[in-house]
Amino acid sequence: MQKRLVLDQQQIAIILKRFCYQLIENHDTFENTVLLGLQPRGPIVLDKIVKTLLEISGVKVPFGYLDATFHRDDFRRRDFPLKANETKIDFLIEGKKVVLIDDVLYKGRSVRAALDAMIAFGRPQKVELMVLVDRKYTRDYPIMPDYCGVNVNTLESQYVSVEWTEKGYEEDAIWITEKA
Amino acid sequence: MSQLSTRHLLGIKDISPEDIQLIFETADNFKEVLNRPIKKVPSLRDITIANIFFENSTRTRLSFELAEKRLSADVVNFSSSTSSVKKGETLIDTVNNILSMKVDMVVMRHSSPGAPHFLARNITANIVNAGDGTHEHPTQALLDAFSIREKLGDVAGKKIAIIGDILHSRVALSNIFCLQKLGAEVMVCGPTTLIPKHTVSLGVKVEHDVEKALQWCDVANVLRIQLERQQIKYFPSLREYSLYFGINKKMLDRLDKEIVIMHPGPINRGVELNSDVADSEHSIILQQVENGVAVRMAVLYLLAGVK
Repeated sequence: MQKRLVLDQQQIAIILKRFCYQLIENHDTFENTVLLGLQPRGPIVLDKIVKTLLEISGVKVPFGYLDATFHRDDFRRRDFPLKANETKIDFLIEGKKVVLIDDVLYKGRSVRAALDAMIAFGRPQKVELMVLVDRKYTRDYPIMPDYCGVNVNTLESQYVSVEWTEKGYEEDAIWITEKA
Repeated sequence: MSQLSTRHLLGIKDISPEDIQLIFETADNFKEVLNRPIKKVPSLRDITIANIFFENSTRTRLSFELAEKRLSADVVNFSSSTSSVKKGETLIDTVNNILSMKVDMVVMRHSSPGAPHFLARNITANIVNAGDGTHEHPTQALLDAFSIREKLGDVAGKKIAIIGDILHSRVALSNIFCLQKLGAEVMVCGPTTLIPKHTVSLGVKVEHDVEKALQWCDVANVLRIQLERQQIKYFPSLREYSLYFGINKKMLDRLDKEIVIMHPGPINRGVELNSDVADSEHSIILQQVENGVAVRMAVLYLLAGVK
């Protein structure tokens, strides 16, 4: 199978650090900010951001995991329904600045569903989107990230796979591969 | 797997342990949804569900209706006491008439065992059995097992005693199937007249001394005496039943361990269960009701997702 490296471990680390400095620039002391990782792959990026923010600024930003499976627009249209993941948000987001975090932005449908799911926890003051990889020219919905690691050009026939050492891979890496 | 192996939930006997696990995992997620400020998701917004109840029900019907509304389904309700069934319409005609109004799913309670199976063979909508006579009540068994799993961490390896009117109980039969599929040990306990002879063939223990049953079990699921189904007397009086099979606080205090008390409702206080037990810290009766909505949401959601 053809595989092309998009980001290696070092580049990912640099991007995550950059994200943290951008967040500090925009959210200052994080007094009114919460971070939400979009299930199933956002939480791993979120956890790294939370850890790095703590190292850099000493601030522990409130965070949670958001699953949007029940809010998706393709339920009963797929061959198999998606399996839901845990939503774990121990706070209300009413009046908060929310940063949604995911690994790859593709059609924008997951983010749309996540925005819908998020509203169940209150009306946020502002919502931002952070993604490691933005697949350009593939969007079905008018959704753009506020924080983007890298833009890539991809075809429908390709898949962006994100590998983490936490998931048993040797190194953190992001690849473009051909769909099987 | 993220899909059930069946289009209908007719009984626990027909579904696999994997199906049950999938329902539980999905119910975990719905339980979280029910604790949100906005307790509603749009999953079934394009689905219409008919709740067809040919027998009385409070809890199950409310629970199903709430589950359907929390999933954003459109809901129509029907009860036989206020319908044309009284005018002599057959089951299949009644249901076909409802289906011609474009209903996607039918939740049915009926006094005849097998009525939902008959419907499933004859109509295209998904069928959920909400209790068929003395046969099965699958969603009650699922919510009971889900509540045990929540309280004790797992169902496998646990000892569950089902105490009371086993003969007339659809809850008992569904519970036996469900708990055994999940790897629990099951005992039934009650007067000889209220335990069917074939029960042993299901692989369950049989006990007639309630104190021994309580000493054996981790969980006691206490059932109601179903006087409305008893055409003859199975025991001399309710007072005598209560004396020999009713569970009170003193009995629990005598045990050398803590056990969990469950009841599918409605409770006949002072008959099978005393108030000092039903309202005690041992009881998870109200958690069962709360879990009922999450489990039924999971069942409806997963059935709707089956192609």
